[in-house]
Amino acid sequence: MITIIFYILATVTLGTAILTVLSKHPVHSAVYMIVCFFSIAGHFLMLNALFLSVVHIIVYTGAVMILLLFTLMLMNLNEDHAPKKKVASRIAAVISTCLTAFVLLAVLLKSNTVIDTYRAENIDFASVKVIGQVLLNEYLVPFEFASILLIASMVGAVLVSKREKKA
Amino acid sequence: MSNILQEIGINNYIYLSVLLFCVGVLGILFRRSAIVMLMSVELMLASANMLLAVFSVYHQDASGQVFVVFSMAVAAAEVAVGLAILVAIFRNIGSIDIEKLKNLKG
Repeated sequence: MITIIFYILATVTLGTAILTVLSKHPVHSAVYMIVCFFSIAGHFLMLNALFLSVVHIIVYTGAVMILLLFTLMLMNLNEDHAPKKKVASRIAAVISTCLTAFVLLAVLLKSNTVIDTYRAENIDFASVKVIGQVLLNEYLVPFEFASILLIASMVGAVLVSKREKKA
Repeated sequence: MSNILQEIGINNYIYLSVLLFCVGVLGILFRRSAIVMLMSVELMLASANMLLAVFSVYHQDASGQVFVVFSMAVAAAEVAVGLAILVAIFRNIGSIDIEKLKNLKG
């Protein structure tokens, strides 16, 4: 049962990812990408990582994709009048992607995992409570640095995209 | 608490993650619209995040999931700055076609 759900979710993830890359209109890409991110949140949910699943939906589909869609509508892009990429460079892109996939899969197909028989122990490691404790005890300093990074990027984004006054 | 990795196996998750990463690589190389390339970077980051979460479950350790939270924060910051740069480029050049960004080429 759960295996079937996994395969359906994996198909949705890969299919919408490919559609994201290949669809002509950028808005279609963004919409397919939202579906892809929802299915990844479904994977997190199946892994019993509830916090990550909710954070993934909030951050990616809530914040990142809205930002992307707003930018797309601000730019009012039309892919139609844009000239096509050269055929040679498209073939090169596909070949190099296939080579990357081949190398990664060839390495990973032959590898064995460290733990032979996986045995689930009854430790609570994925609940929100435990993650909060680990985040705020062990990783408190990186947490604060992440907030500094976020505020710096916010100021930077405003500064970069601000219209400059003509002197 | 039954564990999902007993039913599915970690290998399938690794293959899914690798394939998703390769789709992201294809997007970077195949498209020339800068905003779709930014989306492909997000895809690659999401696949790496998923693998981190899977190995966090595999080792039954919460640190991997905490690292995913940090990675998401960095991804959000990256998207904000990247889109701001794209808006600035669009305002100056009138398109975000990467083939036109050749001002530094002599």
